Amino acid sequence: MNDMMKDPMILRSIIMDHYKYPKNHKLNDSNEYIEKHMASESCIDDIRVQALIKNAILEDICFDGEACTIATSSTSIMSDLLKGKTITDARQIISEYRKMIDQKEYDEELLEEAVAFQNVGNQANRIHCATIGWDAIESLMEESEKQNG
Amino acid sequence: MLNVKKIRKDFPMLSNKSKKGHDLIYFDNAATTFKPQAVIDAVCEYYTSYSVNAHRGDYELSYQVDQQYESSRKTVANFIHADVKEIVFTSGASESLNLVAYGYGQKYLTEGDIVLSSEAEHASNILPWMKACEVTKATLDFIPLLDTGKIDVEAFKLKMNHHVKVVTLAQVTNVLGYVVDIQKICEIAHEYGAIVVVDGAQSLPHMPVDVKQLDCDFFAFSAHKLCGPTGVGVLYGKYELLQMSDPFMFGGGSNARFDMCGNILLKDAPYRFESGTPAIEAVLGMKAAINYIMNIGMEHIHAYELELREYLVAQMRQLENVVIYNDHNDSGIVTFNIKDVFSQDAATYFSDYGIAIRSGQHCAKLLMNKLNTSSTLRASVYFYNTKEEVDHFIKICSQINADTMLDVFF
Ligand SMILES: Cc1ncc(COP(=O)(O)O)c(C=O)c1O
Repeated sequence: MNDMMKDPMILRSIIMDHYKYPKNHKLNDSNEYIEKHMASESCIDDIRVQALIKNAILEDICFDGEACTIATSSTSIMSDLLKGKTITDARQIISEYRKMIDQKEYDEELLEEAVAFQNVGNQANRIHCATIGWDAIESLMEESEKQNG
Repeated sequence: MLNVKKIRKDFPMLSNKSKKGHDLIYFDNAATTFKPQAVIDAVCEYYTSYSVNAHRGDYELSYQVDQQYESSRKTVANFIHADVKEIVFTSGASESLNLVAYGYGQKYLTEGDIVLSSEAEHASNILPWMKACEVTKATLDFIPLLDTGKIDVEAFKLKMNHHVKVVTLAQVTNVLGYVVDIQKICEIAHEYGAIVVVDGAQSLPHMPVDVKQLDCDFFAFSAHKLCGPTGVGVLYGKYELLQMSDPFMFGGGSNARFDMCGNILLKDAPYRFESGTPAIEAVLGMKAAINYIMNIGMEHIHAYELELREYLVAQMRQLENVVIYNDHNDSGIVTFNIKDVFSQDAATYFSDYGIAIRSGQHCAKLLMNKLNTSSTLRASVYFYNTKEEVDHFIKICSQINADTMLDVFF
């Protein structure tokens, strides 16, 4: 990976950019989309993630809700990164992302802008903010697989 | 005046450091409070030297535990100016409030009755009444709040009528910390024949309370918010009302006798509500906590907290990056936000410097309508906090903005 992606200034600006101007930040009315509402007692983040999954491909991902910087930006980056991917590829990326969050060895290339969250483990009580959108998409993929037998 | 320096030595938690080595500054006292050594000792002493059950057994240790357990009831009664038989031990304010809603509300409310509350209540004082209204077909109604979020006696008066059977309010609200004039509320409610349930979770730890003077019908609180153990609290009820109420748990300890035809003869209050082996060590710890704070003096605690609050708010008003939502009130609760920073991000920043404050989406409706924000920060002080801690808090507070908030992640 190029060294820019280690520069804290760059990583911060990635997070801030996705917080101020989140991607795919609009829910869809179409009933082809499946939706997951993520809200918990321990946290004030309250978001809805939607996915349009056809033939095991994540054709569209979008989200909305009230959330902190970390939750908003990590979900925005997730939606950008996984859109258009197959479920299999998406699972691979998610698995690398989780390794990074757990401060283990991971494949930086696969994660692109998501490497901005490499230090979130410094604030252990905020790890769930960095994974809330990722948890949602994972459960939506499972739901879609169940629906399609 | 309080000797805060000396008081702080009684609290082992106050000498702890954060992971990064900062002094711990604990400003989340509305959530729970630290325990003085006397309370910790009382809990340990039970397990070290007594350890047997209360209310049963005919041997020496059991008798001693029984004596101590019942003397805790006296301490509580004395603290809030009640009679011992009006003191029910529960697991905390939540259980106490549920007990009233289930044991009294569900028994006596009927269709057409009204339960009157406010939009500033804690979930533990609203959800049990929602359930009671669902079951009995009574209606839950709310006193409109002033623009500041305050509960106003005049607004309450306009809502009162003969259908209102229960008025249930916090004496101090947990989001904005306003003090409600419970005595006046009781006077008016009683004219209409309604009973008044007081959620004292945020008031009793911080100010003198006399339930007889307030003339409230029920009063609920938790020990852990007044330096006592978690998992224990109290429901005070006027004796005749307690006698009319059903327990919502049955079992050993609450019944005098029963037979196989289903006839149960319940004991008199308070014992009818205390089924099963209680948290004995916690009850003894609560007694130690009440003795501890009574020894300091509730007037002194209240006066010191208000002084500390004023010291804190006066400096916060000077900070351009801060919005305060309850500029003027009579409790140690300060509700605010850092401009352009989501509350949780700000709380993490504070936390990185060893400062514990709460971020939260409290009662959505109240906040949306009155405060125009979906979430806030809450700093709440207690008698062991200091002006030096406030100074440090202010310094950190002044550093937080949209540019710096992510610093703590890098
Ligand atoms: C106003 C109020 N009522 C009730 C409660 C519930 O107390 P507990 O969780 O100890 O039962 C709280 C606790 O936060 C509170 O602030």
